[in-house]
Amino acid sequence: MPAVGTNVPRKDSTEKVTGTARYVDDLVFPGMLHARTIRSTIPRGRIRDVRLSFDRAGFTIIDHRDVTGRNVVALIEDDQPLLAEREIRHVAEPILLLAHEDLDTLRRARVDIDYEPLEPLFDPTRSTQLLKDLRIVKGDVEQALAGAEVVVEGEYRTGHQEQLYIEPNGVIAVPENGGVTVHGSLQCPFYVHKALRIALGLPDDRIRVVQTETGGGFGGKEEYPSVIAAHAALLALKAKRPVKLIYDRLEDMLATTKRHPSIVRHRTGVTRDGRLVAMDIEVLMDGGAYVTLSPVVLSRGAIHAAGPYRCDHVRIEARAVGTNTPPNGAFRGFGAPQTQFAVEVQMERIAEALSMDPARLRELNALRPGDTTATGQRVEADCSALQVLQQAVERSDFHGKRERYAGTNRGIGLSLFFHGAGFTGSGEVKLASRAALCTTERGVRILVGSAEIGQGTRTMHAQIVADSLGIPYEDVETGLPDTSNVPDSGPTVASRTCMVVGGILQRCASDLRERIGDMHPREHFTKHGATVVTKEYEPPHGIAWDDDTYRGDAYATYAWACDVAEVEMDPDTYEIRPIHFTAVQDIGKAIHPVLVAGQIEGGTAQGIGYALIEEVVMREGAMANAQMTNYLVPTTLDTPTMDVVIVETPSHHGPFGAKGVGEMPIDGPAPAIVNAIRHLGLDIRQIPATPERIAEAACVSA
Amino acid sequence: MRLRVNGRDWEVDAPPMARLLDVLRVQCELPGTKEGCGEGECGACTVLVDGEPVCSCLVPVAHADGAEVTTIEGLGGDHRLQRAFAEHGAAQCGICTPGMIMAALALPSSPSLDDVRVALAGNICRCTGYHAIYRAILRA
Amino acid sequence: MRTAAAALDLVRPKSVEQALRAMADDPSLVPIAGCTDVFVGLNAGTFPGTRFLDLWPLEELREIGIRNGAIAIGALATHAMIQESAAVTSRIPILAAACREIGGIQIQNRGTLGGNVANGSPAGDTLPVLAVADAVVVLRSASGERRVPFNAFFTGYRTTVRRPDELIVAFELPPIVDVQWFRKVGTRAAQAISKVVMAVVGGERPRIAVGSVGPTVIRCTKTEAAIAGGATFDEASHILEAEVQPIDDIRSTASYRRRVCGNLLRRFGADTGR
Repeated sequence: MPAVGTNVPRKDSTEKVTGTARYVDDLVFPGMLHARTIRSTIPRGRIRDVRLSFDRAGFTIIDHRDVTGRNVVALIEDDQPLLAEREIRHVAEPILLLAHEDLDTLRRARVDIDYEPLEPLFDPTRSTQLLKDLRIVKGDVEQALAGAEVVVEGEYRTGHQEQLYIEPNGVIAVPENGGVTVHGSLQCPFYVHKALRIALGLPDDRIRVVQTETGGGFGGKEEYPSVIAAHAALLALKAKRPVKLIYDRLEDMLATTKRHPSIVRHRTGVTRDGRLVAMDIEVLMDGGAYVTLSPVVLSRGAIHAAGPYRCDHVRIEARAVGTNTPPNGAFRGFGAPQTQFAVEVQMERIAEALSMDPARLRELNALRPGDTTATGQRVEADCSALQVLQQAVERSDFHGKRERYAGTNRGIGLSLFFHGAGFTGSGEVKLASRAALCTTERGVRILVGSAEIGQGTRTMHAQIVADSLGIPYEDVETGLPDTSNVPDSGPTVASRTCMVVGGILQRCASDLRERIGDMHPREHFTKHGATVVTKEYEPPHGIAWDDDTYRGDAYATYAWACDVAEVEMDPDTYEIRPIHFTAVQDIGKAIHPVLVAGQIEGGTAQGIGYALIEEVVMREGAMANAQMTNYLVPTTLDTPTMDVVIVETPSHHGPFGAKGVGEMPIDGPAPAIVNAIRHLGLDIRQIPATPERIAEAACVSA
Repeated sequence: MRLRVNGRDWEVDAPPMARLLDVLRVQCELPGTKEGCGEGECGACTVLVDGEPVCSCLVPVAHADGAEVTTIEGLGGDHRLQRAFAEHGAAQCGICTPGMIMAALALPSSPSLDDVRVALAGNICRCTGYHAIYRAILRA
Repeated sequence: MRTAAAALDLVRPKSVEQALRAMADDPSLVPIAGCTDVFVGLNAGTFPGTRFLDLWPLEELREIGIRNGAIAIGALATHAMIQESAAVTSRIPILAAACREIGGIQIQNRGTLGGNVANGSPAGDTLPVLAVADAVVVLRSASGERRVPFNAFFTGYRTTVRRPDELIVAFELPPIVDVQWFRKVGTRAAQAISKVVMAVVGGERPRIAVGSVGPTVIRCTKTEAAIAGGATFDEASHILEAEVQPIDDIRSTASYRRRVCGNLLRRFGADTGR
């Protein structure tokens, strides 16, 4: 019986429902020390003096002078120090590390730091520190705008968003084999491996990174674990003992990365009958104090900025700039939620300006197979923007409700969106990911660096391998990635784990099948011992991308979706309550429908939080509401009923037709909700649309 | 202090203001109960004290002195809620799952969807959007 | 950074009398019950006290009953017990409604009415209810008992008339004959700290109390007088908006809170047919 397309038991469900799954804070090593990070309390300045006001007995203490390799967090640019030397660029910048056997003694240790404060900059529109800029040009925007019958302009803003995985960041570093092993809660074991090699100045084979069961990531454990892993490793190597470094919630919220705030401006030319003729778009993202992943977040954001629409003349100018807040970084969607919020609210305003039905406007302009995107990519037969739109409109009774809700305290709105699967442009080629299969006495074992962070990596990979080999799902073994025994499959990000890594595994399976003939791999193992097949990513034929001009095939393929939000406003408190959600999402093929629905429902809930209540309050460059009491995410009572429809228009790029599903669900809810609020007569162009902002808008419209 | 945890008696040597959460995880070696926030907001540390769900990060161990404490480990591995959570994809990353199941245990039998939503309002899940959890509990 | 548990003392009296004696001997003792606020502070390392007096096991402080026509609610009654009490739900359902809005079930099982008052947060959800109910706070010390009107209990931001040797042992709530109304406004549907929390009692002697709009919960006497004097609810709402003293903070803005106060009073008027 095939496994793909069925709801086989998750590989990790027993451990997770019985409480036996081991997360990093559950692990104890003999002789282990606990660690703590001393951080800056000012947003910008210079360190004048550091005084340790405690008895140092039993402490291991590290500052920048103890960094044995290079004092950098190795990522895209090497601008971020592991430990501040003299210059401070944001609040909560790590300065000193302490470790001690006794947690209470560690907590009581007092460190006083004197600073020479400098004027900080928090407004990205005033920043002169350019982290990355890029330009996408198609046709002649100025000329097309000049000839347009109607031009609609608008500016849209989105705030920070905190990932708020329920397990905070944490690692344990263990000195062993002349080097160090780091166990941690993380998404990208090989990112951490590389960062450790550079920070510690050790050869590859002295460093081992093992993912522990990970209590959520959502991008928040993409790049940050490199920092915390290097900190723990430096302490462990100096102390010659295992060191556990676990953040509490406050520290995690204060110090680690968030979604980039954005300001997006649109100038759109349309004909009176609703055809897009020109889209002029400016994207500004606030990267915070260091580069981290800003260039690639910006890149994905820019590529998705014109939405899933056909338009011959498009210009997208995008910049990421530096400010004196903690650096922003990866969060599910990776730039696309910001820019698709802007374009989808802009589309709603265009419909309004033309007195046109918003679904009809989108229907007219939605990309069809053979059309080209802003980067000039010709979308293939799996482009189903029109179908998901029509299905969502029909299923939600969009037009009926739009009429019935008019003049009441209910509103309905929709958003049409898409999401490219895999790394942008030539990213996958540069990554050159590898995956492997190894025969075992049970069947076959999957060897990948992809992390299970709740989304179902192990289960989904095992289904692909089982069916590709023609063996039962139960005969496929999976495990936690350990860099000492799995190949580098690239990071667990960018909705790439199924389409890209799953695709490599599928090739491994067919190669293995050829080698072992008709035999069950177990049988082959018994007769011949272990056989390992390793395959590397092969770029699909006919895909071309130019990094310099931002022209070409930005992604192998895209997933397509349409959300319809129904909301109710409390006229006394201006609270917007989402009451029902329809999410029609085409992800090519649902390898495991329950897991896919889980991604859509969970991503939608995060998107609802992003739209309405999740507000990072920044005061003097620091998150002022860094507690779960004050940074509010949706509870059971804030999450509406959802009608999730999984559409399967297969893509020839992914295994069994599958594309990416992890990120797309968070792109649509915010614009759908804000468009539903617009249906209530309120002009909202900034999220989160908190009751305070709704009250202001209601005041203007009253 | 004397605790009865999952049917077993423990003589606990801890400061009376130590958190029940830490005593369970470290001294009783029951790390199935998780810490997500330390402020009673996320519910990941939910255990039953004398049958009632509480946040063990906010309970001094002195308040469990003489009490019956049940943690996720106390359900064995084949409780109907555990089976249903596994079957319906209610556990994704799994960190909220033990607390979620312990909170669900306090529900009346055959609960309505509204009962479930109210009973779990003190447990945050960031992965599922809650719907798989409802499906699991309603069909358990 | 979390406070070290080993550095904290806990005195565990066996009776209320022992507790009162301990408080008389050592005024630095912080009485604790459900710990749902205290431990948030200890876990964040921001709680100033280090010596605690454990009231939790003192069952006699947990009773809910009728005394001289008033409901007497022991200070240790939990939010869950109050919701389940027939005496409360039949006589003062708005108190049960307020308790239902406090945290999740886990918090309601431990948090107590006495704790909500003693903590003294201006956002405390039960406080406006006690204020409009003209509740009496029963304070006891080794030297005796005194009764303080709830509306004279708070003297400022988290400050009260309670002496360090006194314990809140109960609240007495006289019967309310007129219509009663309660509304909490947080940013999300469950487990939110109030941005505005309001309780109203109608009738000839209208009573209005609002939390999260000043240093303590406030009784809005000017607005009450206006309504008693025949003002419409729309007029009264404008008076209320001027009477409350909200501030901008990390949870909301002064202007939002002001406006919502006015709207809620109008809603009360509309709901009760005025």
